[in-house]
Amino acid sequence: MIELESVGYSYGRSTPLLSDLTVKLARGSFHFLTGPSGAGKTTFLKLCYLELTPTSGRVRIFGHSGSDLGRDHVALSRQKIGVVHQDCRFLDHLSLAENIALPLTVSNRPVPQNDLSDLMAWVGLTQQAGQRPPELSGGERQRAALARAVMTGPDVLLADEPTGNVDWEMSLRLLHLMVELNRMGKTVLIATHDMALIRASRQYVQARVLRLQGGRLTLAGADL
Amino acid sequence: MTGLAALLALLKGDAQADRVVPPSGFTARLTLFTAAAMAFLAVFALALSLAAGRLADNWSEALARSSTIRISAPAAQMDAQAAAVLEVLRTTPGVAEARMLSSDEQAALLEPWLGPGLPTDTLPVPRLIEVIETSDGYSSDGLRLRLSAEAPGAVLDDHTRWRKPLVEAAGRLRLLGWLSLILIFGVMGAMITLAAQAALAANAQVITVLRLVGARDAYIAGAFMRRFTRRAGVGAMIGTGAGMVAIAFLPASTSDSVLTGIGFQGAGWITPFLIPLLGAAVALFATRSAAFRSLRNLS
Ligand SMILES: Nc1ncnc2c1ncn2[C@@H]1O[C@H](COP(=O)(O)OP(=O)(O)OP(=O)(O)O)[C@@H](O)[C@H]1O
Ligand SMILES: [Mg+2]
Repeated sequence: MIELESVGYSYGRSTPLLSDLTVKLARGSFHFLTGPSGAGKTTFLKLCYLELTPTSGRVRIFGHSGSDLGRDHVALSRQKIGVVHQDCRFLDHLSLAENIALPLTVSNRPVPQNDLSDLMAWVGLTQQAGQRPPELSGGERQRAALARAVMTGPDVLLADEPTGNVDWEMSLRLLHLMVELNRMGKTVLIATHDMALIRASRQYVQARVLRLQGGRLTLAGADL
Repeated sequence: MTGLAALLALLKGDAQADRVVPPSGFTARLTLFTAAAMAFLAVFALALSLAAGRLADNWSEALARSSTIRISAPAAQMDAQAAAVLEVLRTTPGVAEARMLSSDEQAALLEPWLGPGLPTDTLPVPRLIEVIETSDGYSSDGLRLRLSAEAPGAVLDDHTRWRKPLVEAAGRLRLLGWLSLILIFGVMGAMITLAAQAALAANAQVITVLRLVGARDAYIAGAFMRRFTRRAGVGAMIGTGAGMVAIAFLPASTSDSVLTGIGFQGAGWITPFLIPLLGAAVALFATRSAAFRSLRNLS
């Protein structure tokens, strides 16, 4: 699905933030990405959904090299990737429900209202459907971001700290959603600090844990 | 799909897609106002062009048969002088045709003043010769000089020839009217381009989010295009309506003059309805090119 080949990335400083990353997110795989704050997890995800272009190496997405894709193809690729952004970006002039349906709207796909309300109920946002994003709490926004990312039933889900602002019970609920998606054959990558979440996931899914540190990627052992 | 069908589809719009772009206050008002003002001006430019065209046509027709020669002479000399005048005219460059009016025609001309049943044969009525000139025309002074030598009783009456420069002016006015129309739509396109660019720049955040969820350039551009096309269309309709009302209430007159002749006649009243359509088309293309240019630069 998504492959990184010797990818390096630097925000313009002398020492590159990421160097020589090689990893393959195979179809139907489930990965966690951990690492200290500032290690470059968000940057890694941005490389995966083509918001950033690697300064060295190559990102392949659905079999195409990212640098060869025109803007239309990037857009079409993103229609097949659900992303939970760490800073949850919404359109503030639309209601929460409209924001969650946005990936369908912009690709001219019909919005199944039943699925939309089921999904909003699952993430506990039924009451907030008509509210504008700025009126929501951080945790509510985060749940909405996850709902938006999975609304299209994407082939790949990339989630950046999807449980950062919610209580443990809700974290498990959200994890459940992502595990269910993975059981449908979708590829999932979750960037998180939350070791408890990673541990909790082990009873549902066989996940690999990638650790990002000092610009390098290592496969964490089974000791987690 | 034809251009018109595409335009109409755009005007009808896609409510859902339009909402992804937040309504933006001042660019909306700018577009509406510009389109209305320009359409208002366009109505006048159009009316001026049409009126000037009509005037040029009428007058140049009248010009062709603009002069007559009146011969007043004692009855004994009348035929000789008439023959002399016709001979002079035959050899005058710029005269296409000369014809003596028959006595019946003359009686018809005099009837409004002197009543029917006029005995033209017995009255000392002057003879009239109609002169039809070529497009180059003849020299009035030269002709007068020759007439006074050959036929002392002949008087050249060419009072309608003063219209010749007016016909040229009317033709020029029509051209200027069309040029104004082009300029008006050009300015409208430029203003709407500016407004669209401002709207796109103000919505850079929105565009970023739309891109992150997989919106293509064509989708984003389409949302802006519909907005601006519809606003410009509505504005142009308002401006056109106001312009047509203003023209309908211009003081009317039956005389042929540029000032009182401005207006629409008959089927001409349909032409201003093209202005909103044209305005919407201009807005469509202006916004389209502005949007794709901005979107290329925003990536
Ligand atoms: N746009 C940017 N320009 C310059 N430097 C940046 C930019 N974005 C991130 N960085 C730097 O890159 C480093 C990695 O950032 P990144 O957001 O990828 O970390 P992270 O692992 O996601 O951290 P966290 O766990 O806190 O979210 C940080 O030191 C940050 O300052
Ligand atoms: Mg981060």
